[in-house]
Amino acid sequence: MDTSPPTRYTDTAIALHWLVALGILGAFSLGLYMQDLPLSPAKLKLYSYHKWAGVTIFLLVLVRLFWRATHPAPPLPSSMPVWQRRLATSMHHLLYALLVCIPLSGWLMSSAKGFQTVWFGVLPLPDLLTKDKALGDALADVHQFLNLSMATLVTVHVTAAIRHHLHSGEAILARMLPFLRNKARP
Amino acid sequence: MTRPILAVLAGCLLTASVSAAEVGAILADKSKLTFVSKQMGVPVDGEFRKFTVNMNFDPAKPDAGRAQIDIDMASVDAGAAETNEEVTSKNWFNVKQFPKATFVSSSVKALGGNRFEVAGKLTIRDKTRDVVAPFTMTPQGPNTLFEGVFTLRRGDFGIGQGVWADFDTVANEVQIRFRLLTAAKKG
Repeated sequence: MDTSPPTRYTDTAIALHWLVALGILGAFSLGLYMQDLPLSPAKLKLYSYHKWAGVTIFLLVLVRLFWRATHPAPPLPSSMPVWQRRLATSMHHLLYALLVCIPLSGWLMSSAKGFQTVWFGVLPLPDLLTKDKALGDALADVHQFLNLSMATLVTVHVTAAIRHHLHSGEAILARMLPFLRNKARP
Repeated sequence: MTRPILAVLAGCLLTASVSAAEVGAILADKSKLTFVSKQMGVPVDGEFRKFTVNMNFDPAKPDAGRAQIDIDMASVDAGAAETNEEVTSKNWFNVKQFPKATFVSSSVKALGGNRFEVAGKLTIRDKTRDVVAPFTMTPQGPNTLFEGVFTLRRGDFGIGQGVWADFDTVANEVQIRFRLLTAAKKG
């Protein structure tokens, strides 16, 4: 029986990671595009799709967090300096926090603006806030700020993964890829 | 005979008024005319802030009851600034050409208890349609509350034309709720 620490994330963790990555890329781009559109049936549809995507991502993130809590991440290579390993871990925690907070802020914003979120037009989510224009506008700012933070952190996250893979020769990227499996094995 | 007519006209110009025999003046700030539309399956609340009510109702003689409600369509609040701009424009209420919507009752009947039903003609834009609305009459201290709900189909009135004519984003059915509080009759 192999008792050495795992060198890659589990297949489930990898699948969830990339599903969520695709989801946030789509929802983020849609969010950027839709907000300045003039009011039209298309705009109402896009807003609904964005909210449905947000709820779906939120649920995937909950599954991911549960999986992460019950399946430890493979340790970072000892060739990495301690400060880099600490920074990477903090970064991952911050990304998880944003993955939870961004959909929540969107849901609350929608609620405060007086538009209930109805998942796929079928399942109504409770309105946690009553309609309040000032609060709605403030939450829109929060949602935007969190998203810009996410975009920044994701850029750093992706750059770091590629950099470690190409330059430091550490099997960091392969931990989270469904391919490059052999390279990940020491 | 000109004086009572002038009085009625003056009453109509107020935000909300009533000329009644059995119920007193309408309490405008406690009366509400609201609606619920459905956008992509999501119920969205709206309201008309300005309307005038002319009514006369005696629960003992419901048949003699009558009501006229005039709605200032530009006073709509459909939930958000951009929605208000859209809904007052040509494709929707077209408030420039049709500033007012009017309901005129034709009959009232008792349904038992404090429940009644009013039938009448509703005119929005250039379309007049028959509507029927059940309502309740409830004493509230010295005042009387008239409350009712009915559903209209926006397509019947040409509300939401052009790109909005399809009902897949904004549903055809719109729920209208009225809540009219009248003061105790004076003298």
